Amino acid sequence: MTVTSGMDLDALYQEIILDHYRNPLHQGLREPFEAEVHHVNPTCGDEITLRVHLGDGVIDDVSYDAEGCSISQAGASVMSDLVIGKSVDEAMAIHANFLELMQGKGKVVPDEEILEDGIAFAGVAKFPARVKCALLSWMAMKDAVSTALSEGEPHE
Amino acid sequence: MTLDGLLPELEVVRKDFPILERELAGGFPLVYLDSANTSQKPQVVIDAMVDHLEHHNANVARAMHQLGAESSAAFEEGRDKVAAFLGAPSRDEVVFTKNASEALNLVARVLPLGPGDNVVITEMEHHSNIVPWQLACERTGAELRWFGLNEDGTLDLSNADSLIDEHTRVVAFTWVSNMLGTINPVAELTKRAHAAGALVVVDASQAAPQLPIDLASMSPDSRPDFVAFTGHKVVGPTGIGVLWAREDLLNELPPFLGGGEMIETVTMERTTYAKAPHRFEAGTPPIVEAVGLGAAVDYLSHIGLADIHRHEQTITAYLLEGLASINGVTVLGPLDASQRGGAVAFEVDGVHPHDVAQLLDSRGIAVRAGHHCAKPAHKRFGVQASTRASSYLYTTPAEIDALVEGIGYTQKYFKVV
Repeated sequence: MTVTSGMDLDALYQEIILDHYRNPLHQGLREPFEAEVHHVNPTCGDEITLRVHLGDGVIDDVSYDAEGCSISQAGASVMSDLVIGKSVDEAMAIHANFLELMQGKGKVVPDEEILEDGIAFAGVAKFPARVKCALLSWMAMKDAVSTALSEGEPHE
Repeated sequence: MTLDGLLPELEVVRKDFPILERELAGGFPLVYLDSANTSQKPQVVIDAMVDHLEHHNANVARAMHQLGAESSAAFEEGRDKVAAFLGAPSRDEVVFTKNASEALNLVARVLPLGPGDNVVITEMEHHSNIVPWQLACERTGAELRWFGLNEDGTLDLSNADSLIDEHTRVVAFTWVSNMLGTINPVAELTKRAHAAGALVVVDASQAAPQLPIDLASMSPDSRPDFVAFTGHKVVGPTGIGVLWAREDLLNELPPFLGGGEMIETVTMERTTYAKAPHRFEAGTPPIVEAVGLGAAVDYLSHIGLADIHRHEQTITAYLLEGLASINGVTVLGPLDASQRGGAVAFEVDGVHPHDVAQLLDSRGIAVRAGHHCAKPAHKRFGVQASTRASSYLYTTPAEIDALVEGIGYTQKYFKVV
């Protein structure tokens, strides 16, 4: 075996993550939406503009325009695919579960039932500098949902 | 391999820096290409600081005992060494701050500005030479203007005559860009600003480590009025920066921070202030840091700034050549090593800079990825972030080879080649 790198790179860059990075799901900004937020990772400059469309307590759509590394881009793809069609309560529970995984320093075993493709991010938790990349879109989604719930007027 | 222009005793120089012996995960030797972010420290700096803390530690100026006298002398000797390093006309023109950002904030805070005045900066500034001026303009009603950039990463001076006018109070710019590497025409710009009656503030954070600076030898009309740099980029410690400024200006300007050491006398009604430099050094200063910085600039002077500059140019030329040999890599900034400093930012097609840096780090290669605190300059070139490799006096051609190989590995990993 030849040593090509000194870290477990393949744990970070799981094939699922690279697939989502190359072919992101649900990207682009769509209407209608009740809230639009813009989140920035100030240390590295990753950015996301994200919209949510809610209907009767359910997340009908999450659309986004994001710029950033493979981890943050794949994060937005996986997140949107997980929460679209879920109730707000279910989406927040998935968010909490993903957050726990990310803050677990690689010690938390991910639950595929809940996180689906999101389990591929388990390796990211071992790279503290990249956790914020994985969480950027999740934080934006949470912010947009709470803004939509408090303001609530649809933009057509 | 060896190249003409490298420091003749490069292997000896490398032995002065203990950290270069570090081995990283997977047994990879450290390849440190992030010196524009912070430089590594030679043993002599570490020893000087340890010796001070072990044998001479006391507060300065106000301790009436032997250690106090020794500590004060060591601190002021640091100032003498920095003055010599800059070729400062007077040692009293050297003010110690926390870092370059604080030095620039100090100037932006104390220079008188008002409605109708304008301040001219450039689009290639580090955020630390943009935000303080935005704050100053918001506070005083002055107008903020800036020079744009040419496609090759140089300053666009075509509208200099309309930008700098009789209402310009300050022209502030970087000597060497931390992102593009561009070396700006300090004397020419300063002369132009002085002719309009403006003061000139130069951010020398990237210049001080690699260009010989001799302020006394510059003619007064082309010599900046303020020069700021930071200790940790010139092989010194963090926690200390330098503001050099004309002595008459320093003694005219109002104080920045109030407190101990910066006063002449204090009553409950009013205070009179000390003369420069202490006028701008409120509170206990960074004492052991000044000792370390003194040792650092002495070390650089001993090697010789002209030789260090030649080494940097040689390594930078080799780096630019290496990057040009890789398909899908684009360098931002001037492509001629003689026109630029040793920080080279680049894009790898199809791979985000964070991912480039992560892959390189897994092979022991330390670079910086992101906006390098120069978001406007990145925006100007239509990129959100870049990867930056920056060399210094201890960098070898073999380390550049490792970088070039690492970029190739990265491209294969992300399947973009």
